[in-house]
Amino acid sequence: MTRETVLEVRDLRTHFFTKAGVARAVDGVSFSLARGEVLGLVGESGSGKTVTGFSLMGLVDPPGRLVSGSIRLGGEELAGLPEEGWRRLRGRRIAMIFQDPMMTLNPVLRIDTQMIEAIRAHAGVSREAARERAREALARVGIPSPDERLAAYPHQFSGGMRQRVAIAIALLNEPEVIVADEPTTALDVTIQAQILYEVQKLCADTGLAMIWITHDLAVVGGLADRVAVMYAGRIVEQGPVDAVLDAPFHPYTHGLIGSVPSQNRRGERLTQIPGMAPSLLSLPEGCSFAARCPRADAACTVMPELSELEAGRLARCHHPHRTLETARGGAA
Amino acid sequence: MASTETPAGGAAPVRPALDTPFRRFLSDFTDSRLAVLAAILLVTIIILAVFAPWLAPQNPYDLAVVSIFDARLPPGSQSMDGVTFWLGTDGAGRDLLSAIIYGLRISLSVGVASAIIALTVGMIVGLLAAYAGGRIEGLIMRIVDIQLSLPAVLIALILLAILGKGIDKIIIALVIAQWAYYARTVRASALVERRREYVEAAACLGLSHARIVFRHILPNCIAPLIVVGTVQTAHAIALEATLSFLGVGLPQTEPSLGLLISNGFEYMLSGKYWIAVFPGVALLITIVTINIVGDQLRDVLNPRLQK
Amino acid sequence: MSAAPLLALDAVSKRFVRRLDAAEKIVNLFGGNRREEVVHAVDNVSLQIAEGEVVGLVGESGCGKSTLGRVVAGVHAASSGRVLWRGRDIDSLSGAERREATLKIQMIFQDPMSSLNPRMRVRDIVGEAPRVHGLVSSGEVADYVDRMLLRVGLDPSYKSRYPHQFSGGQRQRIGIARALAVQPDFLVCDESIAALDVSIQAQVLNLFMDLREDLGLTYLFISHDLGVVEHLADRVVIMYLGRVVESAPAAELFADPNHPYARALLEEVPRIDTRKRVFQPVKGEIPSPLAPPTGCHFHPRCPHAMPRCREEAPALREIAPGRVSACHLNEA
Repeated sequence: MTRETVLEVRDLRTHFFTKAGVARAVDGVSFSLARGEVLGLVGESGSGKTVTGFSLMGLVDPPGRLVSGSIRLGGEELAGLPEEGWRRLRGRRIAMIFQDPMMTLNPVLRIDTQMIEAIRAHAGVSREAARERAREALARVGIPSPDERLAAYPHQFSGGMRQRVAIAIALLNEPEVIVADEPTTALDVTIQAQILYEVQKLCADTGLAMIWITHDLAVVGGLADRVAVMYAGRIVEQGPVDAVLDAPFHPYTHGLIGSVPSQNRRGERLTQIPGMAPSLLSLPEGCSFAARCPRADAACTVMPELSELEAGRLARCHHPHRTLETARGGAA
Repeated sequence: MASTETPAGGAAPVRPALDTPFRRFLSDFTDSRLAVLAAILLVTIIILAVFAPWLAPQNPYDLAVVSIFDARLPPGSQSMDGVTFWLGTDGAGRDLLSAIIYGLRISLSVGVASAIIALTVGMIVGLLAAYAGGRIEGLIMRIVDIQLSLPAVLIALILLAILGKGIDKIIIALVIAQWAYYARTVRASALVERRREYVEAAACLGLSHARIVFRHILPNCIAPLIVVGTVQTAHAIALEATLSFLGVGLPQTEPSLGLLISNGFEYMLSGKYWIAVFPGVALLITIVTINIVGDQLRDVLNPRLQK
Repeated sequence: MSAAPLLALDAVSKRFVRRLDAAEKIVNLFGGNRREEVVHAVDNVSLQIAEGEVVGLVGESGCGKSTLGRVVAGVHAASSGRVLWRGRDIDSLSGAERREATLKIQMIFQDPMSSLNPRMRVRDIVGEAPRVHGLVSSGEVADYVDRMLLRVGLDPSYKSRYPHQFSGGQRQRIGIARALAVQPDFLVCDESIAALDVSIQAQVLNLFMDLREDLGLTYLFISHDLGVVEHLADRVVIMYLGRVVESAPAAELFADPNHPYARALLEEVPRIDTRKRVFQPVKGEIPSPLAPPTGCHFHPRCPHAMPRCREEAPALREIAPGRVSACHLNEA
């Protein structure tokens, strides 16, 4: 793949300085994103996937702080930008979609007011031109009769429609990258499928690059080109979706896939990951997954590096095997 | 048994054992220095009030000690017996500092007693309204609405005009003027709690209505009650002072802070400011500290701010 | 099978009515047009569940699956119809018999936080009901609670703690222990794993399967997650806007869904094995339960809708042994 890189994240660290201690929510995350690519960022609660997304948007609030690392968007360094710089960027070159669309929408303003303002904040166009662009954006995310819908208030929309409007607003200024944080998690299956359909089309048609943050491996499998799996603030495995989901290197990825019921024979016990994720306030020495890992041994008391095991495939593990022993109906 | 093998369950809870609700509360409360200061001040005031007979320089009600010849002495003067009146004396020759401490005792006990009684009444009525619903709820809440739409001072004035003077009368008046705040607060939080899944779980477990209301719902409504309780105590103290100032509150023989202010007011124009001002300052400090503590309680106990 | 099913629903409906308040009644006196709003959350549902069976109840938001679960568990009373426990109408039972039936049906809730009383310690949460009902003497309660906690895989030494001190998965185990403490035969699980992380979901699902094995429990497993239901259930019931549209043995349903809604639902579930698929969503939104479409509720979204579907609600018909579906297409 020699597609042009739009976003390059290097060694990102975002820590939260709380009363109880320093929580290393994101601790050395690196990845890159090409034009038109969808990167699935997968992890469980507390893995740092959402904080990573917020860091990319410059939206980390105290007591959180971006401690170090580099975020390059089309060659421009974003880490360390003052708030004013972020404000010019946000919504124009990089936009975010949240799990709750009401994070984006103002409940007391009409949709057209909000959309026109969002356009005119970044581009010097007339109200009429802005309105036309808003109408096009609504049509592009599959909202029927966008002209009428422009005059409505957010509460007049269903959950799925609201999420579409939020996506339309994110698209308004044709950003290079969209960070989507669990945007379909709260939606019903049939509505989720509609949104995934629109998103898929958008990325293919416009070359928009997307980071899709989710806990749902199945959605990632259907949507993403590449996947990065996070655990306790770090990326533990990264690679093309097919390769990672079919034959993961890291025991955590392996466990996650095994936990999905359809990967197990009907009615049998699921392959489960024992234990639970460690507290970010007191991460163990060495590999943070070791306590739950069947492969752990003395070597794991040292934090493994994220190393390239195959072309385009990285894993952070001292014992990477490329097997899915128990899954696929007990193929072992 | 296969399920016990899962190390998951055996693993330690997420938070340490010492993390009881009370400890969390304490740690959150001490976040604000102002609140800690106010709390210390409030405790001091309460200690002063409770132990007044041992802490006050003089018993202002003891006519054998009080001498009319010491009347209206400025702060720092000495009596004929050589006692220093740090805050001066009032029109009857009482040591003002002692009078304030004893007045505080009366003001606080009236405020706290009326708050506790009003809280109990309001809590039961509010819980009943929330749990019963329908017509009972409608009736109770309309009474509450009417009550809240009338100024508390007015209600208390009318009641005292009928009941007459006395500490018991003023407590009754304050309870009647204030129970509705508690009823409304409890009903609001009980309505929220009622819909939570743990209440449904309790119903599934076949627990009685009384048990569900008092053992499950009520303990979860206590936090907002405490907040309203502190603020309403301050309110009750101010209300009592107002009533006493207007002369319908307590008898002259046992003056509360409001009555002290009222008594001193006539001397204001003759330059003897201290007789009214010092009790006023004491009242102000008391009410402000209670309110600051109440505000911090509200911030700490607000469920929406909890993680 | 001639024996009465463990639990049967006979034409159960549940309506929620929002009555007019005083202000609206006054508005109506002056010629206003305020009406009472009636939601048919559950509309004439009949269902039999045999001893030891696991029935999966599937549907999207507003389909009434949670309400149905609460009617079964006795949290809501049915507006009409009968709930039969071992062949006897629960409403006709009195005193001890009724309490017995109530205790035999327990519910596991969705939200592991709000389903536990935050002001109670674990030992009281689990021990209260058995003590109150005299299932164990007060001297034995402590031991009994320990046994229950062990049974769900929790360390009894933590029983003096409060719910907030546990992780989501542990809290869900506490909720299960609370239900098991009254020795139920039947568990209604309402989205009981939806709020948990993927790896924790597998742990709790395994616990459910172990309990079924060890205690011979019967389940009504309510979920929007078809993968989970496919893994666990013997039979699957699909609801749409308050009505059952299809009910079939799990293997048959997942192999060949009959009702167009069942088909749409199955197709749109993202699966981990299907990569870079093209999402082909069913059109339209889920209608408001306040104003469901006439006739077959699914007709506005159905690719096969005929004029008849608009007017006449299809009845559930047997299309194969043990399999019913409510679609006019089956008559052609």
